[in-house]
Amino acid sequence: MSAGPTAEGDGSDGGEVGDGDEVGDGPETDADADALVGVRDLTVSFGDVPVVAGVDLRVGRGELVGLVGPNGAGKTTVIRAIKGTLAPDSGAVRLDGDGAADLSAREAGRRVASVPQETSLAFDFRVRHVVEMGRTPHLGRFDGHGADDDRAVEEAMDAAGVARFADRSITEVSGGERQRVLLARALAQGTPALLLDEPTASLDANHAVRTLELVRDLVDDGRGALAAIHDLDMAARYCDRIVVLANGGVQAAGPPGEVLTAEALRTAFDAEAFVGRNPATGTPTVTAFGAGGAAGESDSRDAARDEADRRRLHVVGRGLAASRVVARLAAAGHELSVGVVPEGDAAAETARDAGAAVVAAPAFEPVDAETREAAAALARETDATVVVDGVGRDAERGEAGRATPDAETLAAADRIVEIDAATDDDALLDAVRDLGDGARRRDA
Amino acid sequence: MNAWTRASVWSAGLAVALVAAIVVSAAIGPVRIPPAEVVKAVLNAVSVPTGIRTTPAGTGTLMLPEIGLVYASPFAYPVDGVHAQIVVGVRLPRILMAALVGAALASAGTVMQGFFRNPMADPSIIGVSSGAAVGAVAFIVFPAALSATVTLPLIGSVDLGLSHGAGVSLFAFAGALAAAFGVYAIATRHGRTPVATLLLAGVAVQTFLGAVISYLQLQAGESLRRVVAWLMGHLSGASWSEVAATAVVVPPLFLLLLVYARDLNVLLLGEEEARGLGVAVERTKRILLGASALITAAGVAFAGVIGFVGLIVPHILRLVVGPDHRVLLPTAALAGGSFLVAADTVARAGSTELPVGIVTAAVGAPFFVYLLMNREVHEL
Repeated sequence: MSAGPTAEGDGSDGGEVGDGDEVGDGPETDADADALVGVRDLTVSFGDVPVVAGVDLRVGRGELVGLVGPNGAGKTTVIRAIKGTLAPDSGAVRLDGDGAADLSAREAGRRVASVPQETSLAFDFRVRHVVEMGRTPHLGRFDGHGADDDRAVEEAMDAAGVARFADRSITEVSGGERQRVLLARALAQGTPALLLDEPTASLDANHAVRTLELVRDLVDDGRGALAAIHDLDMAARYCDRIVVLANGGVQAAGPPGEVLTAEALRTAFDAEAFVGRNPATGTPTVTAFGAGGAAGESDSRDAARDEADRRRLHVVGRGLAASRVVARLAAAGHELSVGVVPEGDAAAETARDAGAAVVAAPAFEPVDAETREAAAALARETDATVVVDGVGRDAERGEAGRATPDAETLAAADRIVEIDAATDDDALLDAVRDLGDGARRRDA
Repeated sequence: MNAWTRASVWSAGLAVALVAAIVVSAAIGPVRIPPAEVVKAVLNAVSVPTGIRTTPAGTGTLMLPEIGLVYASPFAYPVDGVHAQIVVGVRLPRILMAALVGAALASAGTVMQGFFRNPMADPSIIGVSSGAAVGAVAFIVFPAALSATVTLPLIGSVDLGLSHGAGVSLFAFAGALAAAFGVYAIATRHGRTPVATLLLAGVAVQTFLGAVISYLQLQAGESLRRVVAWLMGHLSGASWSEVAATAVVVPPLFLLLLVYARDLNVLLLGEEEARGLGVAVERTKRILLGASALITAAGVAFAGVIGFVGLIVPHILRLVVGPDHRVLLPTAALAGGSFLVAADTVARAGSTELPVGIVTAAVGAPFFVYLLMNREVHEL
């Protein structure tokens, strides 16, 4: 705690900021004292440039907390402040109950270990030796490595999968292998808390997953970890909670399902994103589209696309083509409805993830009149109906003779925009924006 | 194998090599003396305490008897008296001085290369050698002004009574420490000493002191020859008292550095990483810098600026034993001692004696080029 005695009498972590200000992260003093890592009202600036302000964060036992946010949001800064390698302007960092500022480097090194983004070693130490350095905070000045230390080193190397090249030089192993060596070093440190700064940045898919599963296992055994992760899908998949750091502070904090929403990502990353569910894991999966089109144009596009451009749209179509259109339009902020789609269709799943109104009918059965009317009713309320990939042409033919489920919907539509699989994202967004020109006007 | 075990094995081997170098060196010179006779002469000169002698003291009732040790030489080999005098009185102090200075420079160079994470660093990088040179040259050029009497407030005039050689060494030592402290002070802000700033401050101070040395040389007049000789580095004329003075300083500082060998390893990962691994970074850096500056100052105070020992010896040893300072530091110190003993033997073996600095540079520069042309220079 940087300040002197506070008004609170119990002498524990005095809240310099009124506790009432706390929104998201953890109920205050007692929880902070119990946490492996507790950050309160952290403010850091480099010179006159503020990096983060008022960051609250806690990592408890058995908890893997993901720190996500755009480049330059201050993820590494927060981690460095927790490590103690960067002095905060104000605020407090507590490690396992004690103020980090009061701990010696050695004591801090027994409480929290960190895996840095990268390391530079000009001298060719062997991998085993680098991992052994993790034992430093446990050794007295004149101690040699004991049996405990050797065991910790071997276990850490096995767990991180570096034992195979333990006797190679650290300068000769690949970037991904080197990152795992650093992980092994942190594991050998045997601390209750782990800080990981982009632990999977240079790892292949297999090792990225293995690394996070390893961290997950350690956390499930009672440790706590804070990981800055770029890959939002990975963060959603492995973290208990996610803290979104953006625009100089904590934007949102909570379980992945609550925090990773299209709206939150738009504010934090200034990017359009669709948040779906990964069919393989059931966890949120984020697809970012950038700020709507070509990078060079993004500023003017941002200016052009404000609330007035948000349309109320109905989508007719099915399969992956329609699914893609729904995701892209939802990411752009349009309010959607979809139907009629077969139950279980990719487009239906995507529409539900996007929070759109969905009219679905059992697959492989004739669609009853009530369902068709429900879809038509939705289409009637919209600014335009988007017809994906030829479904519209089928429907028109249907008008001529056969009944198709979409006939009523198309008849009800005020305007129709035709999209096919070859239409790229920019053309899609332009089409629904410039409804006056490109769209066919239909009279019901 | 455990690091300390490896260190012991390597050190034992290199210690044997150092002893061999000393014996061979003592045999070489205008008068050739067989190595066996050298060993006998040295052993004859060894005195060990063999008993306690008490002498009844004066007449007072409470006067305790005077107590002293009785020394005796356990060896009495038949050795030619002149040979014994040459070996023990002339060659051995110079050879031991070479061993001490070589060990001091090599260990300081090892520490500096690790400290700066730069394989091209050497002990002079923090201005120590330049500072020593300014001190020594100033004393040589203005001996009267600097040596005879010093007026101190409260105490009055004090005659320091320095002999010329002792004065040069003392001023070199003081100059070395002053320069190192100056570099440190320039590079330190708010209790932190960034290594890059330290490096640049060292360059700046060395450049400035170089100007001072050049100016002093212009003013040197008749003493210019002695100035140049000192600047090139030399070991001639070492006496037992100078060896003793150096021996008091160098080994304890070496042990201090050795105690911090593991911290130095961790510092190689980068200061942030070292902090995360429980090393008190700034304090460790101060200790390493201070001890390196002192040990280098002790080395150059007598011998002058001897280049390349502190650069190439750590390098070769790193190639041989690896970068672990627990092994590297003792082996580099022993090898540095052997290297300078050998170089000085070459320097004095010819018909005209060369300053040893010329020999080390003549061997060192080609090696430096070799390093540059091979991949041993990973990063600067």
